[in-house]
Amino acid sequence: MINISDSATKLNSLNRRMFILATAKIIILGGIVSRLFFLQVKENKKYLTLSDKNRIREWKLPPIRGEFQDYFGNTIAGNFEAYQLHIIPEEVEDFRYVIYRIKGLLELSEKQFKKIIKKKNEIKPWETLIVADNLSWEKFSKINNHLYDLNGVKPVISISRDYPYKENFTHVLGYVSQANENDLLSNENIKERFVPGLKVGKTGLEKSFEKKLIGSNSVERYEVNAYGRRISQLAFQKGDKGETIKLTIDTKIQELTNELLKEKSGSICVMDIYTGAIIAMHSSPSFNPNSFVFGISQDEWQLIRNNPMKPLVNKSLSGNYSPGSTIKPLVALSALENEIINPDFTVHCKGHKNPLELYGQTYHCWKKEGHGFVNLREGMKQSCDIYFYEVARRLGVDRLSVTAKKFGLGKKVFGDIFDNEKEGLVPNTEWKKNALGRNWVLGETIITGIGQGFIQTTPIQLCLMTAQIANGGYKIYPKIVANDDNQHADKFTPLYKKSRNIKIVQDAMFSSTNEVRGTSYRSRLDNPKYQFAGKTGTSQVKKITERDRELDLKTFEIPYEERDHALYVAFGPYKNPRYALSIIIEHGGSGGTVAAPLAKELFKTIIDRHEIRKNYDNKKYLDI
Amino acid sequence: MYQYRRFNNKNSFFQKFGNLDYILLSCLLILGLISLATMYSTDGGEILFHTRSHFIKFVVFFLMMIVISFINIKFWFSLGYLSYAIILGMLIWTINFGITASGSKRWIDLYFLNLQPSELMKIFIILCLAKYFHRMKSQHVNSFYSICFSLIIIFVPMSLVIIQPDLGTSLLIAVSGIVVLWFAGLNHKYFFYSCLLSIISLPIIISFLKPYQKLRVLTFLNPDRDPLGAGYQIIQSKIAVGSGGITGKGFLKGTQSYLEFLPEKHTDFIFTLFSEEFGFIGSIVLLLIYAIIIYRVIRIGALSRSYFAKLFCYSFGTSIFIYIVINMSMVLGLVPIVGSPLPIMSYGGSSMLATMIGFGIVMSAKTHSQQSIA
Repeated sequence: MINISDSATKLNSLNRRMFILATAKIIILGGIVSRLFFLQVKENKKYLTLSDKNRIREWKLPPIRGEFQDYFGNTIAGNFEAYQLHIIPEEVEDFRYVIYRIKGLLELSEKQFKKIIKKKNEIKPWETLIVADNLSWEKFSKINNHLYDLNGVKPVISISRDYPYKENFTHVLGYVSQANENDLLSNENIKERFVPGLKVGKTGLEKSFEKKLIGSNSVERYEVNAYGRRISQLAFQKGDKGETIKLTIDTKIQELTNELLKEKSGSICVMDIYTGAIIAMHSSPSFNPNSFVFGISQDEWQLIRNNPMKPLVNKSLSGNYSPGSTIKPLVALSALENEIINPDFTVHCKGHKNPLELYGQTYHCWKKEGHGFVNLREGMKQSCDIYFYEVARRLGVDRLSVTAKKFGLGKKVFGDIFDNEKEGLVPNTEWKKNALGRNWVLGETIITGIGQGFIQTTPIQLCLMTAQIANGGYKIYPKIVANDDNQHADKFTPLYKKSRNIKIVQDAMFSSTNEVRGTSYRSRLDNPKYQFAGKTGTSQVKKITERDRELDLKTFEIPYEERDHALYVAFGPYKNPRYALSIIIEHGGSGGTVAAPLAKELFKTIIDRHEIRKNYDNKKYLDI
Repeated sequence: MYQYRRFNNKNSFFQKFGNLDYILLSCLLILGLISLATMYSTDGGEILFHTRSHFIKFVVFFLMMIVISFINIKFWFSLGYLSYAIILGMLIWTINFGITASGSKRWIDLYFLNLQPSELMKIFIILCLAKYFHRMKSQHVNSFYSICFSLIIIFVPMSLVIIQPDLGTSLLIAVSGIVVLWFAGLNHKYFFYSCLLSIISLPIIISFLKPYQKLRVLTFLNPDRDPLGAGYQIIQSKIAVGSGGITGKGFLKGTQSYLEFLPEKHTDFIFTLFSEEFGFIGSIVLLLIYAIIIYRVIRIGALSRSYFAKLFCYSFGTSIFIYIVINMSMVLGLVPIVGSPLPIMSYGGSSMLATMIGFGIVMSAKTHSQQSIA
């Protein structure tokens, strides 16, 4: 039995303790409420953002790449609709059945099939599996006809790069291919817009103008769940197509250059001598850039890579060649400008029996019999080496190098537009001392006078040099993008001291092409409308020994790698010059016989096309 | 006075009916409806398994609670030790023959229900201890013998639950027991010293914890140390609650749960979902309902004549309060994650059953408030 007083004590204690706890409870409840207040009211914004970050995910779609157009607005690098086949594995009921069905319909090889299966295993089941990225229309429609049987298979039309002129513009435009790690690291723009399968420029203008061309991604915003599965689309933000870039190139002439250089290794550059616009620039052999768009096959790649004519090299810009006799107009001009000689200065060329002798070294003219007494005009016309040895000896390499640099040799013609452009080399005494640590010797001056030795030029530099002689000696800036309104302050500043000197050189070049005994006389065009003036060049790849001289072999008798490079620079029409060009045929033999005839073909077309070009400028013709 | 009491002791069915605490009942009903709505939301706005099952359990156990309230409190008093023993037996049974799920053996298969005896123990330990202290003279409460005995009553089920393993529930069982000890008048100094002792021995206890439990403690201290692993639950829960704002995202619009970022949304994290959809205001309302319920339970205790009923009601009310606080503090990132359901709201038959039995006994104390127990 519990006695009454004890029971009262117990109850008292119980109620007292209840009161203590009730107070504690209220305090704790207050704590919970304040925590709720803190999270839901005070920090609401922060957590709302976090929640959105959780649930909203953006998918970038590949941007649509800008196009390239030629001068007349023809698309030379465009976009085409590639027929693709996509599968989202989780949407397919019986994946094995469907994939085998597709294998049969597309006639996939075992190797391709395994590749697809491997790809499928790498992705999540709700991600898109690209079964085929560029189907032919026939196969695409075949799939479409069997769609009733192929649950979950999606025929998709996607936008991809297309080069309609195939190998014609390869070295100018470059090509696109799937972006790799290097592209991402080296270019912010690519990194920002990257999506798997994004194609970016790998070389040429495609690479240089990546920023303008790439465009911006379309963005799909989806609500996703915790496992990353898309639940619903929230927004679609359309991206912009990349800029269209218009070039100065005339496709017709570009195609002609490709035709002329077929089966040969070399380059042709054509330039407007006043605007500096590049009319054509081609390097041969070329390759079809379309092969790279969807990834080139190993066999095809090896074929291009191992070709001895080096199709991957853009010879117009990165080919360093000894200019050979094509440097002679510049040597003559430099000597005239520096008043070393006058046009009547005469040298006696006595042929191989009596070569120029200097400190025990002998220097021969190319002509065995010699040219006899030659003045400047004759020397240029017949390309007499002895004459230019003597001129160079009197002129000295330093003064020559000043003139050469003035006319654009020894530095990049396009600045940073092409990342593979070479600078070439214009040597002088100081350069040799710095670079090789030895003193310049006179013999080196002598051979520089005929464009051999250290001097190296690219075809585009030779073209620029010729253009600046042709336009009367005024500085121009070559451009390949039509609306490149880069204003250069020193454009059209005279490069000469006396304009008469330019005239003399022009006249000498005229004689070389249009007068009997001129080195390119056989390639002349008599119609004054087309008549052009030029200078041949034959650049030695190896030193000619006494034995070679005695053998006097024909070009085809010499091994390919040891044959001379054939060069030709020219401008026309002579009466009222407008265009300059440079041609180089690697290991082609002599400039007069191999390179100059191409100029004849070219000038006909170039000058005919000039009218069209002029009229197009005036908007009289909108299309060709 | 005596006559009146006698009259009351034999009160008829209708008098008992009239004596029910309707405020408590309606609060429980509202809470049940809220929990059903929330469950409906966890099922993604469809009546699926969880909603249906929760509905059935709620209805059945709610009716059972009303039935219990008509049974004389004396009956529950007499059942005190026996029920404790039965559930202890069930716990032992669980260890040997229980159903294993996600690495722990907690359930007994009863064909119609998977019973979790540890949940029942949370209530019946109160009943047992209340009976134990009911007869005790106040000077004996602090005696060595009674302290030892009551500690044994607490430690035996606790250790049986710990080895399941289920740290959360075993702690809650201990809390329930300790609450009774507190109300029974155990000296303050024992609580003070044991608190001190446990704080000092905390590092040692932590070293005995299982790796995943250690991880939980470390994660609580810094959830960002592994946001996708151990810290994921707490981070996502805080995001859900925080993004709810003042008025919430709206019913069925809780993106965190709908898009499955929220873990355990049916059970331990049900408050997170509720709070995300109904915001600060909704949460306050829910807290208010809980507060009213607890207040009513304690008020019933205060009005009861018998010491046993008082002790049970106070302890039960306080335990419910502690369960709520622990659950909420956990989902709000205030304490480390321990598995503890939110009474009535969370999905789970055993927890619902235990809670409803508890409320039934409380209600029985109300209808028999004048009943004295010898």
